[in-house]
Amino acid sequence: MNRFIRDRHLIWVFIAPSAILFALFALPFFALFERSIASDFFNYVFSEQALKALRLSLVTSTITTGVTIIFGTPFAYLLARWRFRFKSWLELMIDLPIVLPPSVAGLALLIAFGRRGLFGSTLNIIGISLPFTTAAVVLAQTFVAAPLYLRSARAGFAEVDKQLEEAAQVEGANQWQLFQEVMFPLAGRALLSGAILTWTRALGEFGATILFAGNLEGITQTMPMAIYLGFESELGIAIALSVMLVGVSALLLGIIRKLEKDEDR
Amino acid sequence: MKRFLSLILLLTVWLAGCALAPMGAATTAPEARTLNVFAAASLTDAFTEIGESFQAAHPGVTVTFNFAGSQALRTQIEEGAPADVFASANQTEMDALVTNAHVAEGTPQVFLHNKLVVILPADNPAALENLESLSTSGIKLVLAAEEVPVGRYTREALDLMNGPFGSDFKDKVLANVVSNEDNVRQVLAKVQLGEADAGIVYTSDAVAAPELQTIEIPVDLNVIASYPIAPLVESANADLATAFVEYVLSPDGQATLEKWGFAPPE
Repeated sequence: MNRFIRDRHLIWVFIAPSAILFALFALPFFALFERSIASDFFNYVFSEQALKALRLSLVTSTITTGVTIIFGTPFAYLLARWRFRFKSWLELMIDLPIVLPPSVAGLALLIAFGRRGLFGSTLNIIGISLPFTTAAVVLAQTFVAAPLYLRSARAGFAEVDKQLEEAAQVEGANQWQLFQEVMFPLAGRALLSGAILTWTRALGEFGATILFAGNLEGITQTMPMAIYLGFESELGIAIALSVMLVGVSALLLGIIRKLEKDEDR
Repeated sequence: MKRFLSLILLLTVWLAGCALAPMGAATTAPEARTLNVFAAASLTDAFTEIGESFQAAHPGVTVTFNFAGSQALRTQIEEGAPADVFASANQTEMDALVTNAHVAEGTPQVFLHNKLVVILPADNPAALENLESLSTSGIKLVLAAEEVPVGRYTREALDLMNGPFGSDFKDKVLANVVSNEDNVRQVLAKVQLGEADAGIVYTSDAVAAPELQTIEIPVDLNVIASYPIAPLVESANADLATAFVEYVLSPDGQATLEKWGFAPPE
């Protein structure tokens, strides 16, 4: 490290590209905040539409995170501890939603669970119609955001020292006790940071939601959707909501950083 | 690893070169030019065809379209997007651009009229028979959002329908709305997929999906949209922009628009 700093002319090889890339991240946010400083900022932020969208976003992303923890924790545990055939294919499939454009996710969900969809038509017979409901928002968010939790939790479980595990088994712990008393507490931070990542991703979900759940104030209109429609009508409201969303996301990411730091210590 | 990284680097440089090539070509060969047309989403099919004919008549010219909601286009132009021509689905956005001098006063011309129509999936799952049945409680109706022009016209038309169908008709219809889509093509898609029982779009959109059933809205209950078009002041291709506008207004251009369900301006 010290050597780098002494080679004055060399360090710019690292600083210059870093600065350019960092500027690409920082400048748009700066512009957003600069533009949001207007007298009617708070009128937009406290407008009924904005508050309804914020509430729906917080409610749905929290439910999504809860659902993900309930179903994702056992799944991640399974993936971290057992080997079975086609496991790598399964893992590839779980990671797919992370890299896919959300519009593909929305279309796939609509074709699968829509009223005329492959499985949705069966659901429709028993009286369940998913599109245009708040449940559809949660489903879209879970599809897109849960893989982040699975990744993090799987890595967390895998990192637990094998010796501790063996020691617990020697002590006569059964599978459930092992999970509950050894694995879960030791992987706790990884689970928490995975959950927060899922939460932030769900909060920002847009593409899959607008295709699968539609857009109705108070029912399916989340923050990103209100921002997009604000772009169509009133730029001020779009900017105000964007600043709000940046703030909430930054706060959640800050919490993750804090957790990771504590872990390093 | 090193070899892989240098491969990626080479690929990046090569692709960047390709991406920048048209710009380089434009400076060496003046006849290779690009015309950027910003047009309302409802013009997608018709303008794509018009663009092809225009390119055929002007060798070396590439017409690039940006189709989106008129408001979004207006915002993009105000924020400095490189547009040569703007075709709006309503007067408001065009007027705004005239006011802040992106469009010269007196240059916008109305080039077509468009009206509303009710669309239903091919098998009409809610068994809707006429306009009045849109107020049947519990049907799934998808409209364009109030923020986009077609959504505003839709609500104006519903106001007009309060006359013959009773003063609570509009409220009953709006209570059936399950989604306010951000553009008219999304409304069409939701009805095509059978997710909605009915939707309200422009007649021109219904033409793009002939398999759907339609319910006509009589002229006295309909809202006629006028679409203005104009070249932009900042255009780097003013001559081409003017030529494109003239082509849209020519008999050839108008015939293409009519083919896609638009009506000529009176």
